[in-house]
Amino acid sequence: MPPRPIDGTLLKQGAEAHVYRSTFLLPNVPCLIKVRPTKPYRHATLDMRLTKHRCVSEARLLNRCRSMGVLCPAVYFVDEKRGEIIMEWIEGPSVRDFLHDCIDGASDPGKEEDNVDVRLDALMENIGQTIGKLHDIDIIHGDLTTSNLMLKHRENSGTTSEPQQGSQALLTADTSLLDFDVVLIDFGLGQVSNSDEDKAVDLYVLERAFLSTHPRATRLFDIILDSYKRNCLGSAVVLRRLQEVRLRGRKKSMVG
Amino acid sequence: MTIAIGLEGSANKLGVGIIRHTPSKPAEILSNIRHTFVSPPGEGFLPKDTAIHHRSWVVRLVKQALKESGATVKEVDCICYTKGPGMGAPLQSVAVAARTLALLWDKPLVGVNHCVGHIEMGREITGADNPVVLYVSGGNTQVIAYADQRYRIFGEALDIAIGNCLDRFARTLNISNDPAPGYNIEQMAKKGKHLIDIPYTVKGMDCSFSGILGFIDAYAGEMLSGAEKRDPDTGELITPEDLCFSLQETAFAMLVEITERAMAHVGSTQVLIVGGVGCNERLQDMMGIMARDRGGSVYATDERFCIDNGIMIAHAGLLAFQTGFTTPIDESTCTQRFRTDEVFVKWRE
Repeated sequence: MPPRPIDGTLLKQGAEAHVYRSTFLLPNVPCLIKVRPTKPYRHATLDMRLTKHRCVSEARLLNRCRSMGVLCPAVYFVDEKRGEIIMEWIEGPSVRDFLHDCIDGASDPGKEEDNVDVRLDALMENIGQTIGKLHDIDIIHGDLTTSNLMLKHRENSGTTSEPQQGSQALLTADTSLLDFDVVLIDFGLGQVSNSDEDKAVDLYVLERAFLSTHPRATRLFDIILDSYKRNCLGSAVVLRRLQEVRLRGRKKSMVG
Repeated sequence: MTIAIGLEGSANKLGVGIIRHTPSKPAEILSNIRHTFVSPPGEGFLPKDTAIHHRSWVVRLVKQALKESGATVKEVDCICYTKGPGMGAPLQSVAVAARTLALLWDKPLVGVNHCVGHIEMGREITGADNPVVLYVSGGNTQVIAYADQRYRIFGEALDIAIGNCLDRFARTLNISNDPAPGYNIEQMAKKGKHLIDIPYTVKGMDCSFSGILGFIDAYAGEMLSGAEKRDPDTGELITPEDLCFSLQETAFAMLVEITERAMAHVGSTQVLIVGGVGCNERLQDMMGIMARDRGGSVYATDERFCIDNGIMIAHAGLLAFQTGFTTPIDESTCTQRFRTDEVFVKWRE
């Protein structure tokens, strides 16, 4: 089916999908439209199979997460033949942007580093908890990067009445980071699986994304793992498996 | 003006190349020759036999390379050899040859990372300035981008390499290893037209090929033992050519996808394909379509530089040598495991 023109603002033209900001049914309900365009480099049959499968699977995973209490955008509408998902708009910075601002900001002489560190630690704790919960309901995200973790102001916390925008607001605000929820987005490569291997690879992908984007972030990732260990029921086996995946991924036999 | 001789033998190709660098000029290839150990159909190359092949050919190749280059031993500034990664026994044979030459001619040694050799040669030949590199060969599948004096690995195959997957499937179908199993699969794939459903495994910027191999091996096994497989839409028989076609289409789509992800991640529009599988024209085409969609272009080289060769070792070694790097003789070991990101790239900004 041919793509339709999207009524909205193109926000991001990623490798996999185009993301638009628009409104859903009412002009005051913001939404996000995710479209997977056809990839002309792939065989048409393979392209259709992948687009359809990823679209449906993403919508199903989002629903499953939401019903099991893992925070993610709500699905409003799915058109799998056109490769479109219309979903809830999440207001807030990605963890990636937030970390960049924190790490850059921490080198400013005016900022209190300790304060930033405490906030970061709390955030890492929260991320570990969220991923732990996700894995406990047997969902594998498949593309855990810091760009796919968003921060959303908690609606029912009474500390601030005005919604804050951007990570600078988060950094400078007096409120603790615990007023912010970690929201998982982009389940395009996700799947349902209870295998330790899949969960370990999920963590490995995050670790790699973390360390390649933020070379100094080893300590932060350790906090995530520690929090995961405490908050996920099957964590012991998964973390043992992670050691194996690291060894195999990093030091597999490489013949030129 | 500096001249280096490079010795490569990390897998079944033994290569000797001689290169000359002149400041502010492109590198000059004085000679670049190769001899390949070809195993019979249905068999891979074993480390022991490959090492014997390299030992018995290295002297002839060095002599011939020198003769073709027109350079004299006196003009050579350093001896570069592949330190790793690769198969142990073949690497050792070539390291011994390099050490011998260094002592015989009294020249400094430079140990080179094989993957960095591929990347630097690709950049030199194509003129790609700061590309995302897809390195695909029999032993490696990596998506690499340069940052802060290192070639950083953004994505890679979590289990077997793409070339290994193709080589092993060629053995299942009993396809000839001459000139290369991957080349013969490519030729057969050109005649295939039915796409069969093969597992497609991308995890973030990483991918996996063992599931694909297991699936298509089993599928081919059933066909070889007489089972009739038909395309569900047309009812036509599935041929071995269709299998090669399906394998390439699926596996290469995965490679292009992870490369595109890395390009989006680092904000680059150039792609450079290196390594033996990089010769494959279908892979180059697919990558080209993707890169053009992103407003960029693909850079690839032909078999002289894609497939393992001595000149890339000479080139990367000479780049390091010019920054003052040498490998003392008592440290001139080789290693099967040598990550691309372990090398400190002093010669780039």
